[in-house]
Amino acid sequence: MTDSSEHPKEHQHGTTGHEWDGIHELNTPLPRWWLWLFYATIIWAVGYWIVYPAWPLVSSYTNGVFNWHARSAVASDLAALQAERQPMMAKLADASLQQIESTPQLLDFARALGGRAFADNCAPCHGSGGGGAKGYPNLNANRWLWGGTLTDIQQTITHGVRSGDDQGHQGSMPAFGRDGMLKRDDVVTVANYVRSLSGLSTAPGTDLAAGAKIFAANCAVCHGPQAKGNRSIGAPNLTTKIWLYGSDLNTIIDGVWNGHGGVMPAWGGKLDAVTIKALTVYVHTFGGGE
Amino acid sequence: MSTTLWQKHWILERNSILLLIGILIVIAIGGLVEVIPLFYLKSTIETADGMRPYTPLELAGRNIYVSEGCYLCHSQMIRALRDEVERYGHYSLAAESEYDHPFQWGSKRNGPDLARVGGKYSDDWHRDHLKDPRAVVPGSIMPAYPWLFTTDLDYEHIARDMKVQADLGVPYTDAMIDDALADVRTQATDNAPDADALAKRYPKAQSRDFDGNPDRVTEADALIAYLQMLGTLVDFKLYNDKANIR
Repeated sequence: MTDSSEHPKEHQHGTTGHEWDGIHELNTPLPRWWLWLFYATIIWAVGYWIVYPAWPLVSSYTNGVFNWHARSAVASDLAALQAERQPMMAKLADASLQQIESTPQLLDFARALGGRAFADNCAPCHGSGGGGAKGYPNLNANRWLWGGTLTDIQQTITHGVRSGDDQGHQGSMPAFGRDGMLKRDDVVTVANYVRSLSGLSTAPGTDLAAGAKIFAANCAVCHGPQAKGNRSIGAPNLTTKIWLYGSDLNTIIDGVWNGHGGVMPAWGGKLDAVTIKALTVYVHTFGGGE
Repeated sequence: MSTTLWQKHWILERNSILLLIGILIVIAIGGLVEVIPLFYLKSTIETADGMRPYTPLELAGRNIYVSEGCYLCHSQMIRALRDEVERYGHYSLAAESEYDHPFQWGSKRNGPDLARVGGKYSDDWHRDHLKDPRAVVPGSIMPAYPWLFTTDLDYEHIARDMKVQADLGVPYTDAMIDDALADVRTQATDNAPDADALAKRYPKAQSRDFDGNPDRVTEADALIAYLQMLGTLVDFKLYNDKANIR
């Protein structure tokens, strides 16, 4: 029987001389592949110091033979991207919005570019398919608050709505109830009347004639005597089945009482003119464009 | 023979305390070589035109941002990489975090980077989104924060908070600290008479009723005021990329 503390490799590599309770510590050398890889990484590091910025000095640092900088690298990457897009971007810049839509090649590019910009910048409010949400207009429907022609859409995207941009759309729904312009009962009556305009049911016992009077005196200025709306101030058409905030009675009462004034940011300062053109075409071709 | 150096190394191998000290020294050298030059190399220290300390309301909003743990999923650092710049705008400058103690750079992005979210969406959107993210972004995995709208902002201590920031190097003047409480109320109010004076002390400060509830100053007022100013201070139309390759 062999000594249990005697490892078969002990004769091959020897021990460190460290022994505890009859157990010897083998002095097995590092695997060769590991050792050489380790040396290789050290050599690699020296190469790296020569090629890339590495060592801090007293008042500067070693630049490396390529003179590489993160900032100039991203600048040249962006320039390369721009150069790649340039031929099509230049065509978009020169073409009118109508020409872009009627030229399949330009339309494809504009929709691809516009779709990307839409997903990042517009979809959070208007939905990824432009379907909108409560308070954020549906862009697929054939109804537009501020106009649905190519020029209208471009204007709205560039300058926004109540955005603080001087050329942006202005005007908002006053808070008739909160600011004391209408009494509570009148607000309820006119809200019922507004529902009746698009054929929705009204609360039993509502005096629609009185509602019509209140409407004519207070609302018709902006929404029009026929309640067909007014695009120059973004007053919606109240006779359709499309509702920005909802068609139930309480929502309408809340709107008349507290007013509305949703904000769309002005994108002119954030996106370049060609991207806005592409976005315009993209939105216009959702299906609701005029 | 194979005695000298090798056997001296055994001293480290056989004495755990000495080994620990040795490891500490080696790692410290590695760290210090990377950190210390950042304090003295001119090319690593950049200032940016337009940077100013946070207004008291923005600072309070920042405190809520931190306390709600927004940084766990949102970074505030646009890296100098093509796709990041394409999506989020100009890469972040270190100077844009000049008055952040602590900074909110982060590397975890369960949600998008917020370094330039200011002005990107309307206040309405931020309200809807904070109350119920799924109401506006169906696929969102962000939790809802409805209590921000029902909790009054506790800004009694904001002046002391500013003092601490001043101790850390933020250039708050005594006048700024004295006016802190009034400034919070001014900035959270629509058409406040003092809004222009506030914007003079804190350029580009936006004053309005951020949370849609004119009667109260809530935590949502502060948080939305903070979100709406992120990344809006430095005008990158005036920033010279070429001169600032460093």
